[in-house]
Amino acid sequence: MSDHQQPILSVRHLKTRFHTAEGTVYAVNDVSFDLFDKETLAVVGESGCGKSVTMMSILGLIPIPPGEIAAGEAHYLGRDLLKCTENEMESIRGKEIAMVFQDPMTSLNPVLSIGHQITESLRAHLNMNQEEANHRAVEMLELVGIPDPASRLKSYPHQFSGGMRQRVMIAMALTCSPNVLIADEPTTALDVTIQAQIMELVYEFRQRLSMSIIWITHDLGVVAGIADRVIVMYAGYIMEQASVIDLYEQPHHPYTLALLAALPRVDLRRQHRLLSIPGAPPNLLVEPVGCPFTARCQFAFEHCRSERPPLFTTGEGHQTACWLDPKTGQPR
Amino acid sequence: MTRYIIRRILQAIPLLFIISVILFVLMQNMGDPLATMGGRTVTRSSERERLTRQLGLDKPIYMQYLYWLIGNDWDSFDRDGDGIKESAGVRKGILRGDFGTSLVNRGIPVTEVIGDRLPNTLILMLTAELVIIIFSLGIGVYSALRQYSFMDNLITGISFIGYSMPIFFIALVSMYIFSVNFKRWGLPYLPTVGMFDPQVGKTTSEVLRHLILPVFSISFISLAAYSRYIRGTMLEVLNQDYIRTAKSKGIPRRDIIFVHALKNASLPIVTIIGLDLPLLLAGAVVTERIFAWPGMGRLFLDHLTRSDTPVVMGILLLISVAVVVFQILTDITYAWLDPRITYK
Amino acid sequence: MNSSVESSSSAPAIYDVLEAPPLTLGQLTWRRFRRHKMAIFGAVTLFLLFIYAFGGAFIFTEKYANFTETGARLQAPSSAHPFGTDTVGRDILARTIYGGQISLFIGLTAVIIELLMGVMIGAISGYYGGRIDALLMRFTEAVLNIPQIFLLLVMAKFFAGKIPNIQVLGRTYSGSVVVIIFIIGLTSWPYLARIVRAEFLSLKENDFIMAARATGTSSTEIIFRHILPNSIAPIVVAGTLGVANAILSEAYISFLGMGVQPPTATWGNMLEGAYNYIESSPWLWFFPGTLILLTTLSINFLGDGLRDALDPHSRAA
Repeated sequence: MSDHQQPILSVRHLKTRFHTAEGTVYAVNDVSFDLFDKETLAVVGESGCGKSVTMMSILGLIPIPPGEIAAGEAHYLGRDLLKCTENEMESIRGKEIAMVFQDPMTSLNPVLSIGHQITESLRAHLNMNQEEANHRAVEMLELVGIPDPASRLKSYPHQFSGGMRQRVMIAMALTCSPNVLIADEPTTALDVTIQAQIMELVYEFRQRLSMSIIWITHDLGVVAGIADRVIVMYAGYIMEQASVIDLYEQPHHPYTLALLAALPRVDLRRQHRLLSIPGAPPNLLVEPVGCPFTARCQFAFEHCRSERPPLFTTGEGHQTACWLDPKTGQPR
Repeated sequence: MTRYIIRRILQAIPLLFIISVILFVLMQNMGDPLATMGGRTVTRSSERERLTRQLGLDKPIYMQYLYWLIGNDWDSFDRDGDGIKESAGVRKGILRGDFGTSLVNRGIPVTEVIGDRLPNTLILMLTAELVIIIFSLGIGVYSALRQYSFMDNLITGISFIGYSMPIFFIALVSMYIFSVNFKRWGLPYLPTVGMFDPQVGKTTSEVLRHLILPVFSISFISLAAYSRYIRGTMLEVLNQDYIRTAKSKGIPRRDIIFVHALKNASLPIVTIIGLDLPLLLAGAVVTERIFAWPGMGRLFLDHLTRSDTPVVMGILLLISVAVVVFQILTDITYAWLDPRITYK
Repeated sequence: MNSSVESSSSAPAIYDVLEAPPLTLGQLTWRRFRRHKMAIFGAVTLFLLFIYAFGGAFIFTEKYANFTETGARLQAPSSAHPFGTDTVGRDILARTIYGGQISLFIGLTAVIIELLMGVMIGAISGYYGGRIDALLMRFTEAVLNIPQIFLLLVMAKFFAGKIPNIQVLGRTYSGSVVVIIFIIGLTSWPYLARIVRAEFLSLKENDFIMAARATGTSSTEIIFRHILPNSIAPIVVAGTLGVANAILSEAYISFLGMGVQPPTATWGNMLEGAYNYIESSPWLWFFPGTLILLTTLSINFLGDGLRDALDPHSRAA
């Protein structure tokens, strides 16, 4: 899937900061990645590593004070999204690039009917009148598996269960057939069984609409299920990028190694005690020097502390930000 | 929904009953109706006795309450004061709409006396309420959208001061600036007395002109409070996840503010405005005095100082019932507007 | 540890500042208070107003304040009379000093009555619940539904002239002062009773109350030693704001002529009838009015600051 075609979305050196009362939070530091047509890219990392902020920066959803996009470009179909005006962004959001959020409880407006919330995108972007929009909305609800969709148009969010609400969110996001769907941990707040259903649903849509998906998650199990390629983030940086198979079979970054090692495995009979990564994530209030993972890395050495490693190409379509050469196991 | 309404109304009845008892007890001791009625001649004890019997004031207090509530035409009285009960009473009681007759305006039914002035107060208060709702929403939203800007800080400052001001001060200051000084400076000035200029007549434009200063005085305090409140709720709402969702769908900014955000932010104000009625009424009393507006507030004061119990009672009852009814209306409106509320 | 690394709560953790050095309690409180320069301003202004009203007595005697000199009536502010003179030639500055004493005094003492009644009724209602609660709350609601000003006016009329002048420390006070204090207290308690009741209702479900009961603590002790101290915060705030309300209430009814009667001056009754002279003598109402405004403003600032300081969950302005 990631052949030598042009990427549909191309992010370069994105830096996002927040200026708070406690100081400046360096949330995203020098993130670059590509998203190709029809592929599913997973973005993995712990809480606070900057994965959501990255995506919201691209779409211009970061509140500008206190936020600040300090540097970077995000090219989508020839335009730099970070340089677009608000009006231009309004026509891209929802129509070309859509987003689904984590908590369906709070992400739907409680005083507007879901019919309204679905049809408003149709009316805003595709210029449909109310009747056409309603028709399409019913179609979408049916596609996401809401029973009795026509009468549900007038229902309100609080009348749905969590899983159903997330389906509604998906319907809302996909109703204008966007090219890119960014899913920010859409299943984290849901039951495991519902999780699987939602993932199925999104997968189905991917086929049907032939769109690209960015799926943000902290769950490596989810990654294995749906991704074509994976990006691993830590402390606002990209640690490793690879195809999903490469990442699981040949992880090159110590952080990825540690993450995978921490996965409890049912297939190994005798499990030693569960491995965890020692230490704690770094303080984002300080501008980072050197590799951010140094303090917790079992392979760290002096150079790691003083200079941050760039992304080295360590395989085909495989990049790692580490001073260690994975082939030799020695510092470069 | 209907069941909810009925339930609220039923809840209100014992409340109104207690209010009527409280008011009645209060009124019993308010001045000497005998003195008012009899003018100057009631000094001889035999006269007092006769009047007392005639007015039914010698009965025990719970009887008097009963008469007041449901009338006394079912009982017989000593009309001519000779000690023998022979004639039936003529009162029908307030539950049947008979509030008695005014002691000051001899013989005129209280309902007429009040009814004369009620519309004027209504004009004042309804206009004030409208002004409050519209402007507090407008100013509140504006402040929220321009948070921490100069205008916002200015508005917040003025709000704080305005919220602490006594009504008469606002009235006097606005009078002084817009009427007295405008006149001095040769600018068109605003009238400060009455509802209309008797030489011009009671035209709509006259009344409107005369409404400006009184309405301003009454609404200023509430405006100050509510615009701050709306600003607060607007800011809270704008930080919610669902606003972020709307933005991510590319919904135009105007719709996000006025449809998505405002609908959520303005809900609480319905309740608050409902509770505001007593304050507006209080304001009306003072304002009507200052601007010589011929309304119920002035009526109340005039008749209170002259111990005209029936009229005072009538007004008090009217107001209390209005407050209770208004609260019920507010609750119903809120339940109707907020889709999350289910009523069984 | 399962396959996820630290599940996050609902929103993306934009401000996830792990490992930041925690602020000490002192630093936190100072920060919050600094945000309330207004509260400090309020406290200072109030203090100054008190000094003005009570300290000013050392500069002007009461005799001077009541000294009528019809020849000097309605004079604009001048060096002899910095605030001008009123309709019978009395010095307004001196009158605002003595009037201030009464106004402030009424404000404070009325609130004491309000607190006593409101706390008592709210506590009983909230603690015992059931029928007592239902009855008391109905009654409270009933009083609340009658606008306070009307109640005040009627009660003022009722008590008018019933209490004679009082002599304290060589100064004469109109009996109406006592009347006003009482009726304001008697009409303001419902608001507080509701708050106290709400506190009691929620606090009495706590385990430590159950424990107290289990060890045989009497109800009175539970109310006063256990629940009440824990509900101090909203009571303090309501009490503070109640002072402003009391001062305003007194001003309103004195302005309407039903409040404090001569010979005692208050800021409110100094305004009575001033509107007749609005064109000619604005100083008649300007000074007392501004003083009332300053007092109410500072109390509101102070109350706001107290509310934020004592209740960390309340929404910041």
